[in-house]
Amino acid sequence: MTNVLALTLRTAALSTALILPPGLALAWLLARRHFPGKAVVETLVTLPLVLPPVATGLLLLELLGRNGPLGSMALRLFGLDLVFTWRAIVAAMAVMSFPLLVRSARVGFEGVNVRLEQIASTLGASRGRVFFTVSLPLAAPGVGAGILLAFARALGEFGATILVAGSIPGRTQTISVAIYQAVQLGHDREAYRLMGVSALLAFAAVFAGERLVRRGPH
Amino acid sequence: MSLSLRGVRLRFPGFELAVDAEVRDKVVGLCGPSGSGKTTLLDLLAGLLLPTAGIIEVGDRRLTDVAADLHVRPRHRRVGYVPQGEALFPHLSVRGNLLYGFREKGIPFQHVVDTFEMAPLLERDVRSLSGGEKQRVAIGRALLSNPSILLLDEPLTGLDTSLKAKALPFFRRIREEFEVPILYVTHHRDEVLALCDRVLLMERGRIVEVVEPSRLRGATGESGTATSGGAPSR
Repeated sequence: MTNVLALTLRTAALSTALILPPGLALAWLLARRHFPGKAVVETLVTLPLVLPPVATGLLLLELLGRNGPLGSMALRLFGLDLVFTWRAIVAAMAVMSFPLLVRSARVGFEGVNVRLEQIASTLGASRGRVFFTVSLPLAAPGVGAGILLAFARALGEFGATILVAGSIPGRTQTISVAIYQAVQLGHDREAYRLMGVSALLAFAAVFAGERLVRRGPH
Repeated sequence: MSLSLRGVRLRFPGFELAVDAEVRDKVVGLCGPSGSGKTTLLDLLAGLLLPTAGIIEVGDRRLTDVAADLHVRPRHRRVGYVPQGEALFPHLSVRGNLLYGFREKGIPFQHVVDTFEMAPLLERDVRSLSGGEKQRVAIGRALLSNPSILLLDEPLTGLDTSLKAKALPFFRRIREEFEVPILYVTHHRDEVLALCDRVLLMERGRIVEVVEPSRLRGATGESGTATSGGAPSR
């Protein structure tokens, strides 16, 4: 179980870290800019939330497989296989949790008084400095909640993961996949133990996220 | 101050700003009823809005020239803008706010702190400050960015009479201590008389008259001297 837990936490943390830069950039864009096709981007971002996870997994399998555009590129450039490895778990977790990060961070950025960003620019700050010293700190509750929700979603990811990473004990078996496996094999006690750990982790992450949201922007 | 606005135009749904004016005074008041375009004009000067036509010059610097496709970005304009309402960064201390735009080659930090009596406030959370203290910090912060002009948008609005009486001397000190010209938006005659050398009267998006402060009767729009459509300049 330690292996399963360690792999789950590691891949969930990595996937959350990976989606952070593009997620924050997109959240800020959606909160602050009007551009052609914005509604399409918003819909695409939300899609993994409503698509069956297995369908998302199937799409990822096409992309990350040896013959897929990303899979073949990784193989050619780095000699790395993606599917049925921990990298596929990270990819599945990232795609499935991305909408949660973007939606929550966007609300955070929308809560920041535009006037403060404008004043920062009149004080000589570049766009980057305005973002990192005004927008981001003031949107921190929303961004923080988004990070925790994304992490919690990654911890519980199952449908897409089992399709692209399978269930190889010690290599690609995350906590959700391990629960499924234990139930399939009739190891009820093991399944309930894993379920308890999983529920505890998810509770802690969501609880912390809710507290951040309640704090609200400054 | 030398402030030149030539053929500056901006149109919103239901509102059109069309401004021509030229003034050369240290403190210029900008008065007019709500919705007359005062804040819009300040935003144009600060570069936060782009006009559809016109030229804006502060001192000998051309900041906007629509025909020549010139638009100096807000960060390069050296315009110290103190907007209405909450202007301070709530996540920074007073010191953090003051140092945000600080330029070494400008006014010394300590001079501003002493002038506005901010030494005891430096480590305070800005959310714990009174309205008058917040205004002092916001103005001090703008001054420390070494601006070539200070734009103050109704800085005493929201303060009660006693706080206002305490705050006015600080504004007089800006006049006396610093060589920064000021464009001062207000509704109040007492502030104009106390601080301004000249007053631009604004109505429905136009500067309708440029007057001496003593010619201003009561609040803006009651001067009885404003004429519409004109764009007189000194």
